[in-house]
Amino acid sequence: MQIELRVLRYDPERDQQPHEATYTVEANPMDRVLDLLHKVKYEQDGTLTFRRSCAHGVCGSDAMLINGRNRLACKIRVDQLKGKRITVAPLPGLPVMKDLVVDMEGFFAKFRSVHPYLQPSGPVPERERLQSAKDRAKFDDTTKCILCAACTTSCPSFWAQPFYVGPAAIVNAHRFIFDSRDDAAEERLEILADRDGVWRCRTVFNCVEACPREIHITQAILEVSRAIVERHA
Amino acid sequence: MIHEHDALIVGAGGAGLWAALELAKAGVDAAVLTKLYPTRSHTGAAQGGVCAALGNQEEDHWEWHMFDTIKGGDYLVDQDAAEVLAREAIETVIELEHMGLPFNRTPDGKIDQRRFGGHTRNYGEGPVMRACFAADRTGHMILQTLYQQCVKLGVKFYDEYHVVDLITEGGELGDGGRCAGVVAYRIADGELVTLRSKAVMMATGGFGRMFRVTSNAWSLTGDGVALAYRHGVPAQDMEFYQFHPTGIVGIGILLSEAARGEGAYLLDNDGFRFMERYAPKLMELAPRDMVSRAITQEIRAGRGINGKDYVYLDVRHLGRKKIDEKLPDITDFVRVYQGLEPYTDPIPIQPTAHYAMGGIPTNLLAQVTRDASNTVVPGLYAAGETACVSVHGANRLGTNSLVDLLVFGRRAGRQMARDVKGVGMPNVADDVTEPIRAELDAIRGRVKGERKEAIRTELADVMMDDAGVYRDAVGLERARAKVAELRERYKNVSVDDKGTVFNTDLLEAREVGYLLDTAQTMVAAAINRKESRGAHSREDFPDRDDVNFLTHSLATQAADGGVDLAYKPVTITKFQPKPRIY
Ligand SMILES: Cc1cc2nc3c(=O)[nH]c(=O)nc-3n(C[C@H](O)[C@H](O)[C@H](O)COP(=O)(O)OP(=O)(O)OC[C@H]3O[C@@H](n4cnc5c(N)ncnc54)[C@H](O)[C@@H]3O)c2cc1C
Ligand code: FES
Repeated sequence: MQIELRVLRYDPERDQQPHEATYTVEANPMDRVLDLLHKVKYEQDGTLTFRRSCAHGVCGSDAMLINGRNRLACKIRVDQLKGKRITVAPLPGLPVMKDLVVDMEGFFAKFRSVHPYLQPSGPVPERERLQSAKDRAKFDDTTKCILCAACTTSCPSFWAQPFYVGPAAIVNAHRFIFDSRDDAAEERLEILADRDGVWRCRTVFNCVEACPREIHITQAILEVSRAIVERHA
Repeated sequence: MIHEHDALIVGAGGAGLWAALELAKAGVDAAVLTKLYPTRSHTGAAQGGVCAALGNQEEDHWEWHMFDTIKGGDYLVDQDAAEVLAREAIETVIELEHMGLPFNRTPDGKIDQRRFGGHTRNYGEGPVMRACFAADRTGHMILQTLYQQCVKLGVKFYDEYHVVDLITEGGELGDGGRCAGVVAYRIADGELVTLRSKAVMMATGGFGRMFRVTSNAWSLTGDGVALAYRHGVPAQDMEFYQFHPTGIVGIGILLSEAARGEGAYLLDNDGFRFMERYAPKLMELAPRDMVSRAITQEIRAGRGINGKDYVYLDVRHLGRKKIDEKLPDITDFVRVYQGLEPYTDPIPIQPTAHYAMGGIPTNLLAQVTRDASNTVVPGLYAAGETACVSVHGANRLGTNSLVDLLVFGRRAGRQMARDVKGVGMPNVADDVTEPIRAELDAIRGRVKGERKEAIRTELADVMMDDAGVYRDAVGLERARAKVAELRERYKNVSVDDKGTVFNTDLLEAREVGYLLDTAQTMVAAAINRKESRGAHSREDFPDRDDVNFLTHSLATQAADGGVDLAYKPVTITKFQPKPRIY
């Protein structure tokens, strides 16, 4: 089948403005959008620029806006998109470097700001720290994050207030706050209680829809918010 | 632009990140350069587990692990290295847990363990539970955990810097010269950046992209091996390349051995568990080289599904609970990439190019060596898939790569921390970037040349068809001729993108060059190895030949552009070579 692929392109060395380019590609229904981008790059126009690496949804390189929704290009099939026209644009809300490549520095700075690393107190044991399966289950979901930025850049609160720490950073804070081996929840809750922290979430659920790892993001944000409130109570 | 650090690490996968942590802990001024954001490294794709003889589920000993590693590697393993691996596996896995890695847990709260191919109790009696895991996303957890620790310790990263050359002082690295730093291409704006350093570590991962069907990321193009090779460092044991038995048909995405570790079957067209014919004791949990060959044999005998080139991996009998708890990601891959439901459908699979046993030769301290007497190259280190300390020999066991990253990544970091103390900062000429600038400008400047995609796909086809699971002299000669032709054509490669900002077109052309180097060494070493051992299976020489070939190959660049081969002895300490039967 033939697909009309419309890509929002921008090359700072050539273009004043982003502009749409249209390519016709021969596709098979099981192809992924990443396959189509490769076909364009390798058969029609090598200047088309995007990030990708693993090609199976685990590295987080190729999140982009596909038919109006943030997704990984390597994880969405042509037949799932239904229809012969597919539109592709860079993730919203981050500065575009070129075509589908956005500047991720700000996103990673927010990740770092929530102290996303285990901080246990007490002496280091000889063997592993024990943890029950039940305790581990409390944060299992939020360990799945691949930092692709699909959630944060789908969030209207983030578009409106770029200082908002955003769902991805909260998810990564959650991963440690609810880890029975960690003792620095307090410090992270303090950070997230800030006015650019969890309270900016308006439970729009865009993030949940965007997450390619199917993390229950609003649930995680809710649990963090509750922990903040309980802490002050 | 010139930067300076006491130590540089090229690559931010498991090996590079652990080395960085050691340097940070030792207070050394170090930095990591990576062409991908660290969390995009392919370590994150590892699924099944990381093994260590913790004995959390049943009796186990590091000596058993050492033996399995040696036997699995068809006795080409350096046994002193295997001993280090098996012993230090235990403490590094525990250390990972201390860093926060969310392992699955046993009922009493310890790290959970499961079976994996080739890992046995009591020197081969039967499978043992040795693989520590976090569902089927163990690599993701390792990469995240190590990166988190790097954030904690404030490790300096140069993200999206593609290292394009090594800098030397006092001659080429193959002739006694010292590694003095790297030249990196800053992807954001095309700037060539010089970084001086007392110690440089290569941790750039594998080169599966040399083959048509592979489990490897697009970025795995053999950069480290090729860059060192170009400066006279040999490439060791390049003929040994592992095909993993269970890749998704056509696209090669991996379905972890963890599936079989949890009890999945391999079935032929009659629904028969055909491993019965090849490894009656270990069945589906025989080492990968054997299972990949078994699948290929079944397909050749017409027992592939409907006579086609694949067989089934069947998890249906494991039940939904086990599938959801232990194999969530790979079953998701099946749903997304094959449109099948693993609860109810058997899964079509075929062997996929997976892992490089060979690479940059190193000693036990992760120092790079340059000849058969293991002379150290000053200032250069390597660990992870790009390196060959030889713990995997002729065939790696599942879960042994992740351990390799931890154990030898840690050793590399510690050794660099020790070594940089005694030496001064090398001198680097001002025009050190000029040769690379000229090369890149030539590619960019060519108006109409060879398309890099054509070269890459033709290379991937010939390597898959003639240097894959089975090999023989005729096919390998065909591959040699083809690689030589492609190397000629590559001299005239051109790209569409002439710009400086985020020019992935240009960098991909560069990567094709690395693949051509690694392919050239692989084919040369494979032609010369007239025996079958581990993953190197010659149909014209079906037997292992310990008299002539119990030896490591070292490939170096010849003056005429070809490959020179030398050999170095295998270190044997505890286990004399025996026939390899499972
Ligand atoms: C799908 C899959 C599943 C696997 N599952 C398992 C498993 O369960 N157990 C197991 O033990 N092993 C497994 N393996 C093998 C194992 O994951 C890899 O061998 C290992 O992760 C390699 O790690 P590394 O640190 O050497 O390199 P990688 O993690 O591949 O990292 C390479 C790094 O080098 C950088 N780099 C490369 N070239 C350059 C350059 N020119 N300039 C700058 N930076 C550069 C990249 O940006 C990246 O950061 C699996 C492999 C695959 C493909
Ligand atoms: S390329 Fe890795 S997530 Fe898509």
